[in-house]
Amino acid sequence: MTSYSEYSEYTEYTVGEPVQDERAPSGPVNERWDTRRFQAKLVNPANRRKHTIIVVGTGLAGGAAGATLAEQGYHVVQFCYQDSPRRAHSIAAQGGINAAKNYRNDGDSIHRLFYDTVKGGDFRARESNVHRLAQISVEIIDQCVAQGVPFAREYGGLLDTRSFGGVQVSRTFYARGQTGQQLLLGAYQALSRQIATGNVEMHARTEMLDLIVVDGRARGIVARDLVTGEVSTYFADAVVLASGGYGNVFYLSTNAMNSNATAIWRAHRRGAYFANPCFTQIHPTCIPRSGDHQSKLTLMSESLRNDGRIWVPKAKGDTRPPAEIPEDERDYYLERIYPSFGNLVPRDIASRAAKNVCDEGRGVGPGGQGVYLDFADAIARLGRKAVEEKYGNLFDMYERITAENPYEVPMRIYPAIHYTMGGLWVDYDLQTTVPGLFAIGEANFSDHGANRLGASALMQGLADGYFVLPSTINDYLARNPHKDEVDASHPAAVEAVRETEDRLARLLAVDGDRTPDSFHRELGELVWEFCGMARTDEGLRKALDRIPQIREEFWRRLKVPGTGEEFNQSLEKANRIVDYLELAELMCLDALHRTESCGGHFREESQTPDGEAARQDEEFSYAAAWEFTDTGAAPVLHKEQLTFSHVHPTQRSYA
Amino acid sequence: MKLTLRVWRQKNPDTPGAMAVYELDGVSEDMSFLEMLDILNEELIVKGEEPVAFDHDCREGICGACSLVINGAAHGPERTTTCQLHMRSFQDGDTIDIEPWRASAFPVIKDLVVDRSAFDRVIQAGGYITAPTGAAPEAHATPVPKADAEFAFEHAECIGCGACVAACPNGAAMLFTSAKVNHLNVLPQGSPERETRVLDMVAQMDAEGFGGCTLAGECATACPKGIPLFSITAMNKEWLRATRKVKR
Repeated sequence: MTSYSEYSEYTEYTVGEPVQDERAPSGPVNERWDTRRFQAKLVNPANRRKHTIIVVGTGLAGGAAGATLAEQGYHVVQFCYQDSPRRAHSIAAQGGINAAKNYRNDGDSIHRLFYDTVKGGDFRARESNVHRLAQISVEIIDQCVAQGVPFAREYGGLLDTRSFGGVQVSRTFYARGQTGQQLLLGAYQALSRQIATGNVEMHARTEMLDLIVVDGRARGIVARDLVTGEVSTYFADAVVLASGGYGNVFYLSTNAMNSNATAIWRAHRRGAYFANPCFTQIHPTCIPRSGDHQSKLTLMSESLRNDGRIWVPKAKGDTRPPAEIPEDERDYYLERIYPSFGNLVPRDIASRAAKNVCDEGRGVGPGGQGVYLDFADAIARLGRKAVEEKYGNLFDMYERITAENPYEVPMRIYPAIHYTMGGLWVDYDLQTTVPGLFAIGEANFSDHGANRLGASALMQGLADGYFVLPSTINDYLARNPHKDEVDASHPAAVEAVRETEDRLARLLAVDGDRTPDSFHRELGELVWEFCGMARTDEGLRKALDRIPQIREEFWRRLKVPGTGEEFNQSLEKANRIVDYLELAELMCLDALHRTESCGGHFREESQTPDGEAARQDEEFSYAAAWEFTDTGAAPVLHKEQLTFSHVHPTQRSYA
Repeated sequence: MKLTLRVWRQKNPDTPGAMAVYELDGVSEDMSFLEMLDILNEELIVKGEEPVAFDHDCREGICGACSLVINGAAHGPERTTTCQLHMRSFQDGDTIDIEPWRASAFPVIKDLVVDRSAFDRVIQAGGYITAPTGAAPEAHATPVPKADAEFAFEHAECIGCGACVAACPNGAAMLFTSAKVNHLNVLPQGSPERETRVLDMVAQMDAEGFGGCTLAGECATACPKGIPLFSITAMNKEWLRATRKVKR
């Protein structure tokens, strides 16, 4: 028996003052964005070049923001850890981007997209933000088409759309299974144009390792050149974090190998509240793992659920090949349990249903950790050519990884961590609790509540980057003219650099016997088991008990070869794990404190009689914004009460 | 599987590199090629040796970061990216040579990592449509014939990995450059900058030190995304048309 007492102090958090969004205007929800844009102060075009803005990350949000701010005349200094801004992980998004264009005349509208997103998020998102997102969605499509994004088109030359989970209209625009790639290249190309003009100073292979806060305002960052190892400071009038989510805390996820939480976690340590860390999304259709060597998981687009049917054998332990299982011995469980949405239920529901049938012993493939996604009916109905045209690249990818041909045998899929709804707390202006520090895209918490609907991440990233931030950041810059120049000799900068260099030196000095990856893997397995698809009080306490022990062992047994003054990928990894080891703890604490189930957060103690997530609105209709105190010390909880005046919270029903 | 790996090790751009030999046991055919290298690196770290540096990120074949020459072929024996190559393409007992992209425009940074920033500068020279945010007309204002949209898409699929350059005996970047020129030039939105785009991108490509094209065709064979060889002839046509039209 392990005792919990030794480490329990982390769970003794205190509740601080509530936190409120003071930027969203009151009044009808559909007028708030116009009102806010009118209220926001502007910066005279001639004065904009005197302002420097740091943007960290070059994905959909960061790339779009960097390009747009530079177009407006600001001096942008931008960073990415990749060798080129074109490689940010937005590039891997497959399925599509939502927009309330109603080109299909199928009853769609801005209000319906707003409603679907609030409901899909299980009533844990802020109404004003979500409505703005729905409004802007239509402008995004116009913008991307103008940039030359080759969306799928009909024979008449107009744009094609398809359906995604959790909705009953066809509002998802796509470019085969590579929509993220095409949208990202659009943003990258717009950014490249600004780099060529000198309006954007681009630092590739450079990673942000700390935030510099001067007199309570974000004024710069500490970054490491990943080629030379040099640690430098950069200064600006405002800092924008577009560094993505923290899904890699789970080690195995659909994130890129180097996607990491360091930028947002270091900002959190410097005073930015971290909201709803336990709201993590598990995507139902990923390729199951094949062994212990697995380094990452690969997603199969949700769009496949338009035509693929999900099933498992009715009998437990049925090991016959799928072709030998007759129709009446198959359980198309999503179609059975949720007849009106069928295979297109939201992600959290589809994932949990897959887990349930596997837990019952009806899973398929190695270890019984998989369900079938079967295209036989679609191929019979539409013909192989039509299926190939829609999903060809996904089928090829599946075959390459598994050596199975999905045109002939059903795909095997299993849920995996894919997206994090939680992130830095931001107000309506996308400003964090540190003035001058903004967070956009997946790095913030704002729009998806407890569950994100498919094809909404691309929409939010581009909305934040192209349209929201470039409007709201003006207001901050206009109201806060920085008369004082800050440079590397400022005590706050000296301190941040010293802390960073000390941390890197400590990592190199441990000289133990375990690799960085071995710790990352151990942590990932722990949080997947206890803070993954289903969570319990007991399990979360176990994880909270174990994390400080892993942390202690990390600093005792880590081995990082080489030096800090060179290209050193082991050092990069180890430094990111330092932050995962703290973030994981906050994630588990957030999950422990939220004793309700909602969206992607499923507490076994809180479910309806038929096993669906049971929210407890009286107690938990708030966003949990956590304030950092110290490593391993209890954080302070600030609640942002959520009010719903346009969408009435109900028990979500997709039956 | 048991393998002999011969890997290019080079400490930094200024130090000459050499092939180093490693024996690796316990490789499963379900592993990806990079997962096999992960295992090698885990063993090296525990032994106190420096792991092999290589670029990689998404491991889904789309970011374009991974870039290994395997047994003399860019991305190895299958037509895919290195990250999507699996060990089932190899046999127990094989000796595998692993090298970086080799081209004068892609200098080595360390081991198997090269500097491909020349590609970014080719895009910066004109690989975009000037459409400042907010200025866009309604998306359906300009229909695009489906065939043109498909043509644009097929070229837009380029992931910028650089396999075309690595495979080319001249170290030319024609396939990379032509993919972007063709993607944008076929679209009505790209037509106002049609001539300057191709002239500027080709000029930048030459300035970066990429070699000339002799239509060897190795690029299109190595391309993991199947950008076709006629992409180059289509760009040459665009370039000729532009030189006649634009006086410089």
